[in-house]
Formats: sequence, C-alpha cells, structure tokens
Amino acid sequence: MNKRPDWYIVFFIVVVLIQILFLNKLQFNGFLIPYFYVLFIMLMPVNIPRAMLLVLAFILGISIDIFSSTPGIHASATVLIAFIRPFMIDTSGIEDQEKGMIPSIQNFGFLWFLKYAVVLIIIHHFFLFFIEVFSFKAFFFTLLRSVLSSIFTLVLIVISQFLIYRK
Amino acid sequence: MRNLLNFLYRYHAFILFLLLELLCFTLIFKYNSFQRARFLNSSNQITGLVYRNFHSAEEFFALRKINDRLAIENSNLRSQLLSMSEKMPLSISPLINDSNEVYRVVPAKVINNSVNTQYNYITLDKGSNDGIKPDMGIVCPDGLVGVVVNVSKNYSTALSLLNGRWSVNAKLARSNHFGPLQWEGFNPYIAELNEIPYHVKVEPDDEVVTSGYSVIFPEGVMIGKVVKVEHEKGDNFQKIWVQLSTDFRSLYYVYVLDNTQKSELKEIEELIQDE
Repeated sequence: MNKRPDWYIVFFIVVVLIQILFLNKLQFNGFLIPYFYVLFIMLMPVNIPRAMLLVLAFILGISIDIFSSTPGIHASATVLIAFIRPFMIDTSGIEDQEKGMIPSIQNFGFLWFLKYAVVLIIIHHFFLFFIEVFSFKAFFFTLLRSVLSSIFTLVLIVISQFLIYRK
Repeated sequence: MRNLLNFLYRYHAFILFLLLELLCFTLIFKYNSFQRARFLNSSNQITGLVYRNFHSAEEFFALRKINDRLAIENSNLRSQLLSMSEKMPLSISPLINDSNEVYRVVPAKVINNSVNTQYNYITLDKGSNDGIKPDMGIVCPDGLVGVVVNVSKNYSTALSLLNGRWSVNAKLARSNHFGPLQWEGFNPYIAELNEIPYHVKVEPDDEVVTSGYSVIFPEGVMIGKVVKVEHEKGDNFQKIWVQLSTDFRSLYYVYVLDNTQKSELKEIEELIQDE
C-alpha cells in the first residue's frame, strides 16, 4: 500500500505543526518533552532509497530546529536515526514482497513495531539530549530526561498508530 | 577511477550521512553560542507569522487571567503615583519626567515561549519597526524576564532567564551585595545566586533584585526571594537558591526596556578600557 507523494507532504507538515505548536509547549516540571516528529522517519516505506531518507531526515530536523531556535541539534539526531533505520529493517526479517510497505503496526504487527520504535526513539532522544547540553556534567539528570521523554514519545507514537490506521 | 566510482556508489549512503552530520555540527557550533545566533531563529518572518496566528487562538482562552493581571498592575502603579506626588511638589515633576527619562518602555506580546528545554527562548511580536534592538532588557509586572538577542522587522527573539547561556547581575536588596544569578536547569521557578561572600548574612525571604551595574536593566527590578542558603566548608562563597517571582509558564504581556543613554554610557566606559 504505497501512498501518493502529496500524502507525504501533508504528513510532513502535520507532524511539524503538532511538534512546534503543541508538544514543544507541554510543561511537565521543566524537563519532560516528547519528540513525536520522529514518526515521520519511522513510517517511510521500507524500500525508500537510503540517500533520500537521509535528505528527508535532514529537512525534517532543520524545520524543527528553525522553530525552536536550536540550529543543527534536531537535524543531527534525525539524520542519525535515518541512517540506522535501514539496518534495523534489514535485520528484522522482512520478506521481499513486503518491501513497498509502510512499517506500521497494521502491516507488521504490534510487537515488531514496538521493538522498531523503541530502538529508534531511544537512539534519537539520547543523542538529542546529550548534544543539547553538550557535556556529561549532569549525566544522570540528562539520562533521566531522555528515558522519561522516550517513554512519552513512544506512548504518543503507538496511540497515533491506532488513530491513523483505524478501520 | 572506476574503483573510486565503485567505492562512492557502494558507500554513498554512508558518505551522505557523514556530510549531513558535518553540516549539522557546523550549525551547532557556529550558531548556538549566545551572541552569534543570527542565522536560524524564530524571529524570522515565517516562523513569527505561524506563532502569532496560533497564539491569537491560545490568547483568547487566557483573556480573563490577562485582564485580572493588568488590573492589579494598574492599581499598583496608581498607588505608587499617588505616593510619589505627595512626596514631590507638582512644579518640579515635569522636569524629572521629560528630559531625563532614561528608559523608554515598549509593550510587547509573548507569542512563543518554552520552559522545558535547557536553553529556553521567547518570541515577541515587536521588532525593529517598533524600535527593538538586540541587548534590550525585558521585564513583566512580576519581575525580570530576559534579554533580546535577535530582531527582525516585526518580531524578535529573546533569551529567557531560564537559559543556561545567560546570567544576570543581581544583588541582595537588604545588604547590596551582588553576584551573578543563573538558572540551574531543573526547576522553572528556581535560580542560583553565586559569589556572595560567606560573611554576608542571608536569610530566607530576602529579596533579590537587579544590581543596575549593566545598561540592560535599571537597578531594583524584582527577580525573586531567597529560599535556601548553603555554605560548603572551604568555600569562600555561599550558594543561594532564589525563588523567581516571574511565572515563566504563563507569560503574556511584557515590557521591553530601551536604555536611551546606552551609547553615552558605552562611550565613557570604553575610555577607561583604552587607558
């Protein structure tokens, strides 16, 4: 089930708007913040060319950066998971006839998606939070921030899956 | 040559990945420092427009709260005015007000604000068209807010006090001892005041205000109250935690302070450095 290109453009804009207008403004005692926009990278079709995925990730990250006055931080974390994603998919036993599909819960099952999402979100968030403070000074505090925020992002992403692909 | 092309083709994704990360890190190092954040920032026209449109919807639901605050501030100012005019004969007050006005005040609306990252920024709906320039101070009725860094025609971005890259020169209102005050990065209501010598007696509830030793803020702008004092053995200074009087989670209207004598002050201060 390949989507048309304009579906991806709308998806991109919606994800960026949700991130900058709602999630960046959530306030839970100052350090819990979900980065839901990684969903866009996760839901690209399995057979998307690697180079294209990297470029898309860069554009997505830099868009979030422009709106949150953090040049380069989100872009670097997003490009990193875009680079890792193909390895995740290659090692997770996907058949050749499934190559054009979107890696969603609906297509590959809940457990598969959960594993896929947890790894990508954790890599993204850890990288992002440590680049942001750029020191290991408050190591455990930053670690706690990334773990809690990862859990929050994961919950949002799983819920969104059920909302988008409801039958 | 063919080997090279082959190599490039086989590893094109990895090479592209390295190039993009290189670009990202250049951006991070070049533009994340305090003064040089000129390139990508939310004061530019498009982002400002998006935030303003969204903000007008958000603001509608907060109107009652904003109204209440303005009314309280008005009544405070009115009572100050009354007590002032009692102390001062009316005949000399015009002299003081008009020609010697040091700070010009520009009201502005906060259209974007965050408290949940380590480096928080604020976007205002006033820009160079309204006379806003970088390095102007921002206050609100409750106290100090931040300092302007970037200005576009109609918008500006500012460092909030909740930003690890900025510290403000503060003093204890009672004893006049001063030191840098900086956010500690955890709680949006608490900041740390440092470099107060340990012989100075500091007690909870002491007021902390701006020192007036910079051209950004006048003396005596409220910052907060002392909540906790600690003195480590062998340290010359005590560690003071300050409860901020400004609620950064609900900022709506702020005032930008334009020091009209800034250039004069800078000039005379540079004279000293030259000698």
